[in-house]
Amino acid sequence: MANNLSGGFKAYLHRDLLIALRDRGDLSKPLMFFLLVAVMVPLAIAPEASKLSAIAPGLIWILALLATLLSIERLFSEDYADGSLEQLLISPNLLMMPILGKITAHWLVIGLPLTLLSPVIAIWFSLPISAMVPMMLSLALGTAVLSLIGAVGAALTLPRQGGVLLALLVMPLYMPVLIFGSATIQAAVDGLNWLAPLAMLAALLAVAIVLCPLAISAGLRIAKNG
Amino acid sequence: MNFNLQWTWFHRLGSPRWFYQKTQRWLPWLAIATLALLVTGLVWGLAFAPPDAKQGNSFRIIYLHVPASVVALAGYYIMAISGAVGLIWRIKLSFMLMRSAAPIGAALTFIALVTGAIWGKPTWGAYWVWDARITSMLILLFLYFGVIALRHTYSNNEAADKAGAVLSLVGMVNVPIIYKSVDWWQTLHQPATIKFTGAPSMHPDMFAPLVVMIIGFYSFYSLALILFARAEILRREYRASWVRQLVTNQPAEK
Repeated sequence: MANNLSGGFKAYLHRDLLIALRDRGDLSKPLMFFLLVAVMVPLAIAPEASKLSAIAPGLIWILALLATLLSIERLFSEDYADGSLEQLLISPNLLMMPILGKITAHWLVIGLPLTLLSPVIAIWFSLPISAMVPMMLSLALGTAVLSLIGAVGAALTLPRQGGVLLALLVMPLYMPVLIFGSATIQAAVDGLNWLAPLAMLAALLAVAIVLCPLAISAGLRIAKNG
Repeated sequence: MNFNLQWTWFHRLGSPRWFYQKTQRWLPWLAIATLALLVTGLVWGLAFAPPDAKQGNSFRIIYLHVPASVVALAGYYIMAISGAVGLIWRIKLSFMLMRSAAPIGAALTFIALVTGAIWGKPTWGAYWVWDARITSMLILLFLYFGVIALRHTYSNNEAADKAGAVLSLVGMVNVPIIYKSVDWWQTLHQPATIKFTGAPSMHPDMFAPLVVMIIGFYSFYSLALILFARAEILRREYRASWVRQLVTNQPAEK
């Protein structure tokens, strides 16, 4: 049984990573979006370091949120279109592990690259170097929560392929992640204790890992009949 | 056997027809109670309660603002719990209640936000302030909108109900987290001009009409929920013979 559980996780993780690697155009689009919007900001506001660094903690998080939101829609829609989701739903195994595998793959493909790219934006917006590590830690944890919550929305809006509705459903639920994520960076910039908001992000992640797969599997089973 | 007997009330409660016929008798009483409570509370609060020492008469909007906010928040839980009951026991009626609760809750949240903005102008000098409670209410409004919007995603009623229930439950888990995190965020970013000194203790003369108004809003909410649910029952059960009989006023086919 244990073998069965981890098997579903590994199989779907491997499969989704393979699909992502074979189709690298899709892989890079949300990252390009992340960088491009960041370039727009100094052009729209002002190229002054003081102004940019004041808004940077929140801005990085809004960009990460939008990039995740753009990509999460496709988490189940292709499997739904080609019928492999149906295969997954009728399999006798628990749904949780394949779902967690797919979400882990999504995080490795979107959340992790965003985290690794974020120092570029931090430098553009003249964030202090000391805030770099807290920022990357908060993004690494927070984007995983964003993927998990986003997957709930993606499962529930499957019959209509996500879109604006997905954003409408998921954005209010993203609020705590956004607050604690930008608070971590802000605390690091101000030289305060940034471990407290980071620990809150970790707590959100722990809760989301336990609860989101329940809602996602319920959502997928409903969407199949919708 | 005994077990089955005890649970028959529960299943009868789940029958749309039973609900429709029972509420027919409740409605006039509930309407009278709602009207009496709201009129008493409003006249008492607006005309007889003493003016506030600092805010003068502008505080009187509290008699609309607080009841609307309280019931809007409770309405989300009522919606989510009816969704959960529907998911667990597969009761059609509770899905109908869930579906009816969404627009009413959204309307009350909207009223709470608008009255809050109107109250904010004389008190804080601004219509909108990013206060923790205001921000939470705004997010609550979007949570309601999400539940309402999701319904139109599904062509099949049953799937739409279940999806709405799952979303409301996810929202229910999130409402306290959102509230606490917004609260925490606000203590970090609190603007210097506005200070909340905890919950101010109200004079009993001001508080009593507020209690009457809150009970009145709950009773108005129940009335609206029952009316919405009755309309929903007729819409969904239009094939049932008792509905046909009711609508066309013809005797039922035996």
